[in-house]
Formats: sequence, C-alpha cells, structure tokens
Amino acid sequence: MTADLGPAVHENPVLETKGLCKNFGALVVARDIDFALEAGARHAVIGPNGAGKTTFVNLLTGALPPTGGSVLLDGLDIAGLAEHERVKRGLVRTFQINTLFNGLTVLENIYLTVAERMGVATGLFRPVGSRPEVVAEAERLVEMVQLQDDAGRTIDELPYGRQRLVEIAIALALEPRVLLLDEPSAGVPGAESHIILDAIAALPADIAIMIIEHDMDVVFRFAERITVLVSGAVLASGPPDEIAADERVRAVYLGHGHG
Amino acid sequence: MTVPTPRTNNGAAAGALLRAHRFRAIELIPWILAIAVYFLFPGYRLLATQILVLILFAISLDLIVGYAGIVSLGHAAFFGTGAYTAALLADAGWQEPISALALGAVTAGLLGWVSGWIILRTRELTLLMLTMALGIILYELAKDLDDITGGFDGINFENTAILGLFPFDVLYYTTNYWYAFAFLVLGFLVARTVVHAPFGRSLVGIRENVRRMHAIGTPVQQRMRHVYVIAAMIAGVAGAIWVQVQGNITIGVYEFEMSGNILIMLILGGTGRLYGAFIGVTVFTILENLTETVLGTDPPYWELVVGVALIVTVLFAPRGLLGVFDPLIRRFRERTP
Ligand SMILES: Nc1ncnc2c1ncn2[C@@H]1O[C@H](COP(=O)(O)OP(=O)(O)O)[C@@H](O)[C@H]1O
Ligand SMILES: [Mg+2]
Repeated sequence: MTADLGPAVHENPVLETKGLCKNFGALVVARDIDFALEAGARHAVIGPNGAGKTTFVNLLTGALPPTGGSVLLDGLDIAGLAEHERVKRGLVRTFQINTLFNGLTVLENIYLTVAERMGVATGLFRPVGSRPEVVAEAERLVEMVQLQDDAGRTIDELPYGRQRLVEIAIALALEPRVLLLDEPSAGVPGAESHIILDAIAALPADIAIMIIEHDMDVVFRFAERITVLVSGAVLASGPPDEIAADERVRAVYLGHGHG
Repeated sequence: MTVPTPRTNNGAAAGALLRAHRFRAIELIPWILAIAVYFLFPGYRLLATQILVLILFAISLDLIVGYAGIVSLGHAAFFGTGAYTAALLADAGWQEPISALALGAVTAGLLGWVSGWIILRTRELTLLMLTMALGIILYELAKDLDDITGGFDGINFENTAILGLFPFDVLYYTTNYWYAFAFLVLGFLVARTVVHAPFGRSLVGIRENVRRMHAIGTPVQQRMRHVYVIAAMIAGVAGAIWVQVQGNITIGVYEFEMSGNILIMLILGGTGRLYGAFIGVTVFTILENLTETVLGTDPPYWELVVGVALIVTVLFAPRGLLGVFDPLIRRFRERTP
C-alpha cells in the first residue's frame, strides 16, 4: 500500500539517536541504541513485552532523561529541550495506555490540544467562544476519527477502544512532523481498529512515523523498515523481507509465540 | 465519510464550549442576596463584610486548587502580605486606600512569582509541605519583627476616605461593606474571565492530566506559575481589604488557621466552580458564629462542628455543597437542548 513512496532519503534522518542508554537502577532498559527515522519514514519497532519500546519513546520525547547517548532532531542534539518544546518542533507521540483528560469531553480534549498548537492557550481575557475557528478545528478532528456522536461525552463515559481514537485525534491535532505511535490499536476491538489504522494510513506522506505494534499483519503491511528491540538493544534493523528472514528474529519471536 | 453523520452531538458540544462564558440569570442571585443583606440585617454588617472578603480570598484559592489542581495549605502567605503592605503603608503615612490595596496586590504577586519558582517544581505532598512552610515562615517572621508588625497586639491605622468621598466607618460598616462588595465584584469578574479564557481551560487540563499536558506541548510549569501569581494578587487584595475595613492588623493574617480554614471553606462549597467559594464561606462563617453564640467559645465546640461538617461533606457531597445540584442541572440541560 505505502510501499510506492520511493526510496527514503537516507542521508538526512529527521530523528536520530546515538548510543542511547537508559538504566532504571540495575535494570538496563536501553542499551546503546543507534536509530534513525528518515523523512516520510514508515518505521515499525517490534519486540517482546518489556523489551524497552515504550521507554525508548519516552527517551525520544524527553519524558525521561537518558542515562547516556543523545537524541537528534533535524541533526541537532535536543538534550536541552523539554518535552513540550520538542512537541512544538513537531515531535509528537501517542501513549500505549490512554493518557487523556478523563473528566473532560472528547471535544474539550481536542480543543485543548488545538488551542495549544495554535498558540492561543495563553489567552487570559477573551473567552474560548471568541475564537470559533479554534473550536471548529477541534470539531473537524473529532469527525476525522468518527467520534462526532460522542463529542459531548466525557472520556470516562467512553469504552476504552473509543478513547483510543481520542489519543489518535490529539496526535493529529498537533500536526506532527515526526509521529511516534505506541501500540495505537492496543485495546481496540477488531471492528474499530480499522478506524485507527485507516487514520494512520491516511497521514500525509511527509510525516515520519515510528509505530510500535504487536500485530504482524499491520507491521508488514505498513512498515518499510523494521527495528527489532530485545532487552533494550537493537537485535536487527532493515526492510521487512530481511527481518522476516532473519534467524535471530525468528528465534525470539517464534520462541515467544508472537505473531 | 459519505454517509451523512448526525452532527448534533459534535455541534452541541461545540456550542457548550463556545457559550460557556455567557452570563446566566441565576448568577445574579448571590449579588442580589449580598445587596439585600446590607439593608435587611444592618446589625450584621461587620460579619457580612468579612464574608465578602473571605469569598474573594476563597475565589483566589479556587483558581489554583480547583482549576489548576495545586493544593495549597499556605495561601494566607499572600493574604497576609497584601494586608501588611496596605497596613504598613497607611501606618507610614500613605493613607490612600485603593493605591495601598493595589500595592498589596503587587507585593503578594511578587511573593507568588518568587515562591512559585521553587514550589511549583515539586509535586503532591512535597508541594503541599512547601506551601505550608512558606506560610509558617512568614508567620514566624512577622512574630519576630513585632516592632514593625505589631505582633499579636497589632497596629491601628487610618485610611483617607475612598476616592476622597466615602470615609471608612468602623462602627457601622457602611462604606466598608460596599468597599468589600465592589472589590469582590471586580475580583470575581477577573477570575471568571480567566477561567473561561483558553488559559483557564488549560489549567483544567493540568488538573486533569499533567503528563498529557506536557505531551500536547504545554509549558506546564510556566502556566502554573502564571495562575499562581494571579491567585496571589487576588489574595493580596482580599488581605488588604480585610485589614483596611477594620483599621487594624495583627499577625493573625499570616496564621496557619487562615490558610486551613479558607481551604476547608472552599472544599465545603465545592472547588473548580468559583461559586463554591460563595456557598462555602457563607455556610462556614454563619455556622461558626451560631455555634459560638449558642454554645460559647470556652470549650471550642466550633472545632468539633467544623470537623463534623467536613466529614459529612466529604462523605455525602464530595464535590461540595454546590456539587449536590450537579445531577439535577445535568438532567435539566438534557431535557432542554
Ligand atoms: N519508570 C520505570 N521505573 C522502573 N522500571 C521501569 C520503568 N518504566 C519501565 N520500566 C521497566 O523497563 C522495562 C521496559 O519497559 P517498557 O519500555 O515499558 O517495555 P515495552 O514497552 O517494550 O513493553 C520493563 O522491565 C519495565 O518494567
Ligand atoms: Mg510498551
């Protein structure tokens, strides 16, 4: 489907890590990870539970400080940038476990995001209602993930799978250049997971996407490149056919009964 | 996308967001009551004035506790600083009350800016302890510097007439009442404007989920610091009025009890809704007065009553006294789209 995007420009990764390390006490969760995400990439990261995939996302976004190594955005070391500053530069993530404003409505969740992205969230005096275009943009995004009938419901009132769509809508609302998707369809009933996968497939081709995913059908359909993470280290990285044929990967996966 | 989807819910949710700031007729009730009380109960104007000032103080606390979710046990630090600024200025000869009150807002705001820089870096219990520590430090400082602050005995001071026209009246609390009333209206309007602005919505986001706020690109700490300063300034105004209407100040304005009580009043009325402050302060203060009139103050029965009132609220009305009406209001709204 997306394989006809042409060869990626391998010279300029948008997002890159060099020797990235993270320890939690004695536990090593990221071991010397070298990773590159090209402009427009469709890159899957796979690996057994506890391999350190979510931690890797947290290191990229700045939610966690690394123990060693560096993260580069557009070739610049972003160690000094806080999480919110990275978001402003287009580095956006979704959470494996829904991380939403549970007491607010679906529309309010998206509104807060849009207001922040448009830079109007610091406004002290004019009411929300004085900028209908911001609310209209939030409405448009709600429709994009087909939650218009639930727009007035609070997150609490939605089943988990529908909440998942809000995670995606928030990410889209931020107009990312680099999008890190942490198991976006985890916990979504099969009947609804296509909404999420369609939304992802429909993203502009120039967005660099890294997706963490357990469903191998999705991975092999979507990804042009796959990185396998095991025990915090990169076991293999390459195009899907290469990864599928890799003996070590097969050993890990077949051994763990994934697929 | 080709199937026409019912837009009602999206449209309705958007409408609610767009119209949230509009005034409703029901919002006139507290103001009408406040005006009526002045004429109907002239003997209680002192008490009623105190209630007005404490409502303003509680509203300032609601901005940080109810909206941004920053629980503070040291809000009297700002109240007291505004109060001492106004009192010491008057004592030193600067007797014009409104400019003194404005300067009280400035000093309280500065204290908020500086202390917020440290306090707001921490979270939860640490943050709570630091807010409390700030209040205690200022109280002890004011106690030690009693040649300046007057200590427990206090300082009496005088202000010139408001706008050169209305002298303060410490006997019958006529001007005093309207002075407090006017600044409550002003302070309330500021708070109401702020909470309905995108800034105020983002505070609610911080309360609901800090991690998510970082991930949508919000400079969370900066935003918290801004609301902390706004709340400190309003608390400073309340403190200034509190002492100006009495013509007297003691270090009681910095007391821990002040911080604790205002938080209890707010929780009693309901947080994150501004009007909770009106209900909580009024019920608390009247209950306090009734208990002390009927049962006396010797064994402090009042503290028992506060304890019981708080337990009942937390158990049976966890969203405060105003929160009790939420289900009714929701049902009403669902029937009338
Ligand atoms: N904040 C933390 N403190 C301590 N250990 C953690 C923390 N976060 C994750 N871990 C541990 O790090 C390992 C990797 O976790 P994670 O990155 O969530 O893996 P994955 O997403 O691949 O399933 C796990 O063993 C997990 O228990
Ligand atoms: Mg994970």
